[in-house]
Amino acid sequence: MSAELAVRDVDDAATRAALEVTWAPPRGVLGLLGTVNHKVVAIRYIVSAFVFFALAGVLALVMRAQLAYPEARLVGPDLYNQIFTVHGSTMMFLFAVPVMEAMGLYLVPLMVGTRNVAFPRLNAFGFWIYLIGGALLWAAFLLNVGPDAGWFAYVPLAGPDQAPGKRIDVWAQMITFTELAALVGAVELVVTTLKLRAPGMSLNRVPLFVWAMLVTAFMVIFAMPAIMVASTMLAMDRLVDTHFFNVAEGGDALLWQHLFWFFGHPEVYIIFIPATGFVSTIVQTFARRPIVGYPAMVLSLIATGFLGFGLWVHHMFATGLPSLGESFFTAASMLIAIPTGVQIFCWLATLRSGRVLVRAPLLYVLAFVATFVLGGLSGVMVASAPLDLQLHDTFFVVAHLHYVLIGGSVFPLLGALHYWLPKMSGRMPSEGLGRLTVAILFVGFQLTFFPMHQLGLAGMPRRVYTYLPETGWGPLNALSSVGAALLGVAVLLFVANVAWTLRRGARAEDDPWGADTLEWSTTSPPPAYNFVHIPVVESRHPLWTHPSPRVVTGLRIDVREVLVTDAIDAVPDHRHMLDGPTLYPFLTAMAAGIGIITAIFTPWGITVGVVLTLPPLIGWFWPAGEAIAGTTREKA
Amino acid sequence: MSAMLLSLVLLLAGCGAPAALSPAGPQAGQIAGLWAVFFWVSVVVEVAVVAFLLYAVLRARRPVLTLPALAAEPLAERRLTRGVSAATALTAIVVVALLAASILVTRALGALHAPQALTVEIAGHQWWWEVEYWDPVPSQRVRTANEIHVPVGEAVLVKLRASDVIHSLWVPPLHGKKDLIPGHATSLWIKADRPGAFGGQCAEFCGYQHAHMRLLVIAESRGAFDAWLARQRRPAPEPTDAQARRGRDVFLTGPCAICHTIVGTPAAARLGPDLTHLAGRTTLAAGTLPNTPGHLAGWIIDPQRIKPGVHMPSIGLDGADLQALLAYLGSLK
Repeated sequence: MSAELAVRDVDDAATRAALEVTWAPPRGVLGLLGTVNHKVVAIRYIVSAFVFFALAGVLALVMRAQLAYPEARLVGPDLYNQIFTVHGSTMMFLFAVPVMEAMGLYLVPLMVGTRNVAFPRLNAFGFWIYLIGGALLWAAFLLNVGPDAGWFAYVPLAGPDQAPGKRIDVWAQMITFTELAALVGAVELVVTTLKLRAPGMSLNRVPLFVWAMLVTAFMVIFAMPAIMVASTMLAMDRLVDTHFFNVAEGGDALLWQHLFWFFGHPEVYIIFIPATGFVSTIVQTFARRPIVGYPAMVLSLIATGFLGFGLWVHHMFATGLPSLGESFFTAASMLIAIPTGVQIFCWLATLRSGRVLVRAPLLYVLAFVATFVLGGLSGVMVASAPLDLQLHDTFFVVAHLHYVLIGGSVFPLLGALHYWLPKMSGRMPSEGLGRLTVAILFVGFQLTFFPMHQLGLAGMPRRVYTYLPETGWGPLNALSSVGAALLGVAVLLFVANVAWTLRRGARAEDDPWGADTLEWSTTSPPPAYNFVHIPVVESRHPLWTHPSPRVVTGLRIDVREVLVTDAIDAVPDHRHMLDGPTLYPFLTAMAAGIGIITAIFTPWGITVGVVLTLPPLIGWFWPAGEAIAGTTREKA
Repeated sequence: MSAMLLSLVLLLAGCGAPAALSPAGPQAGQIAGLWAVFFWVSVVVEVAVVAFLLYAVLRARRPVLTLPALAAEPLAERRLTRGVSAATALTAIVVVALLAASILVTRALGALHAPQALTVEIAGHQWWWEVEYWDPVPSQRVRTANEIHVPVGEAVLVKLRASDVIHSLWVPPLHGKKDLIPGHATSLWIKADRPGAFGGQCAEFCGYQHAHMRLLVIAESRGAFDAWLARQRRPAPEPTDAQARRGRDVFLTGPCAICHTIVGTPAAARLGPDLTHLAGRTTLAAGTLPNTPGHLAGWIIDPQRIKPGVHMPSIGLDGADLQALLAYLGSLK
């Protein structure tokens, strides 16, 4: 640390008081729209994502009501097509990816022991862009302009000839918004993880959840551009008559599928890998021992990240590929069972050799293992090209994808929220209600989705708004619809538990579960600046080795200063000043939003957007004088 | 678990073997065999993992609320590592075995060929199937819709195309899916081992009436098939009574002829299904309705009620004209 520091740490109380002033949350309009505190932004993200989850869940219930018996007339095909498109698009783009990134944006700075994310203003910008995209999709749906070509929007069905009107344009622009937000979140997570770790937290001491978010963030950075390019090409085909996908003018319908699935398959791992981070964390805490095979776990995450990009074509086996290509993508798809298997075996070994404390978060993990393994096995089935020819685009795949996405990701996510709620809210959730929720969730889930395997084998295709009585698919569909109602009850119970916690829950201690990672070393909920002192990390399980760790001194506390460390060994490198609250990210997002929404109707929207975003961007990046000697400063 | 048991019971009680697992041809048979391998491997893996999980949690040592001991017992740790490694190796072996089985089946599926086989061209339309039996002599080609007759025991080449959006042909008892993609010609070989009528359906989402885009493959003996094909090659029979003759006039002077063909009459439009031998088919509206005069009348008067969004408009006809038209269409055997 440099010697000429103006303000030094004197004692904890004085330090705390100074930090409170420096990191004080803004009030009024600035507090509402200008905050850059990663925890506030992340909780807004999580709450918004759950609102979208609930809305899309209601759509799922409407679909299950419509399919409960043959030839039902609850909704017609036009509305049904909008419903399943908005359900899928919301769950994938507005719930699953954002909520996982949001959990990372809340937890990663705390887990690596720093005060905020690397670019706090950019982080706020990402949230506003996401919110505008989500509001756009749902406003359009409520106005009967909801997209209706599926969350995958295959051309030519989504092209200008087959889908006149603005429904698909809304979808394409929503993609641009939400994937931009996803990229912003990914950049935050990568830089925060690699550059802002507490001293001593070398890469081999990084918590598995942080590793999972790092791998996820890199996957986002490589996968999302494919869909942004594709959705922009689609928007251009529709708006300015380009011919990327127009067969009559030399365009190609399969090009869309390649671009979409080059994003779409990694997307599944982008949703699943953070969930493995939740599971590793919960297993470690409640098995009361370090996870078995930490290096193997990390390598599995990285292997999954790479393999995830090599198997997109398994969504296209029915398009008529050369058999060598089929075999290659079958092999790549099945191989992913190996790193996933390694993780499951390590969790099982950890539980077997630990001293298991059975609490609600662990019950979520047990439900996860039983469900996800089944989803993985049906995944091996659809990875096999010949089997997939029968299973593809049927209810079997609907079953499979919900086993891996709900069983594999939502179960761990709910477990993780139960686990971290004491930290986020400062209050303990109800254990009994938590256990009841897991039980109903598990039974409701199996009732809803297990029969769908059978329906698919019996010939029921996906995305049908009804079916004929003579197909014989009625009884299993009815069973599935009953299960869906039960699933709805489980989600309500979860929400009730959160509400009860916030109002009545017992005060949470700093570390109520006796966990090992740094977020539990600060108060519950954490202060705006996260830690009074940046901790020094001396092992993989800091709180288990040193309940009161050594700390860094010498950081300025009269400005928002953080410590930048080296990417591999987390050796202190230099001090860095973060920026505080400002309205510019919000104004920039609004301006970009106006531009992109105008571009649904006219190409001039791009011009409008550029002109409108310029002033807030100038304000945002207006130079604020020299950085203080020995430190760096960025306007992000 | 209870859910699985319940649906298993329902399955055994009501449904029997599902369509994809009751093969009527060699390809579906190969795939059903592969399914059995994957299915039983999956059952074993799921049961083993869940059993070990429950055992691990229930038999684990009682928790200690003090700090976990981080000084690992090297012997126990080595045993755990060995266990994880063994399970991983086993996973790899099983995956490679399943991969090999899968590749063998891919090769077997590609092996079905026959020189000078019967060639059927299928075009997917929103929301019906146009079927053309290919013949080197153009006048001998036969066009029909939504029902495909094939001779039992013979390999048939099915050529697929689409002009509007992507569709996917799927007749589970015969074979897996094959997409019909605008701008890409695709094909598949099928063979039926036993006579029967096998239901199929479009499997790729294709718009409003994706749900009602069904078809029927009717496998019959070579003799029956030849007789059927010969019948299809003939033009529509002349109406023999006054009412049917009036029905033909209604057809030719009304909106019907704008979209449909009846060979032997001036109606030659190809926007909708060829109706030359409509009365010989078992279903209407791409497998949506049984082919009876009552259903046909309902379909003609208000197709939007039966298949909302369908391209066929509602046809306003007075009662007498409708009866005449039904009489005429009913004569098109």
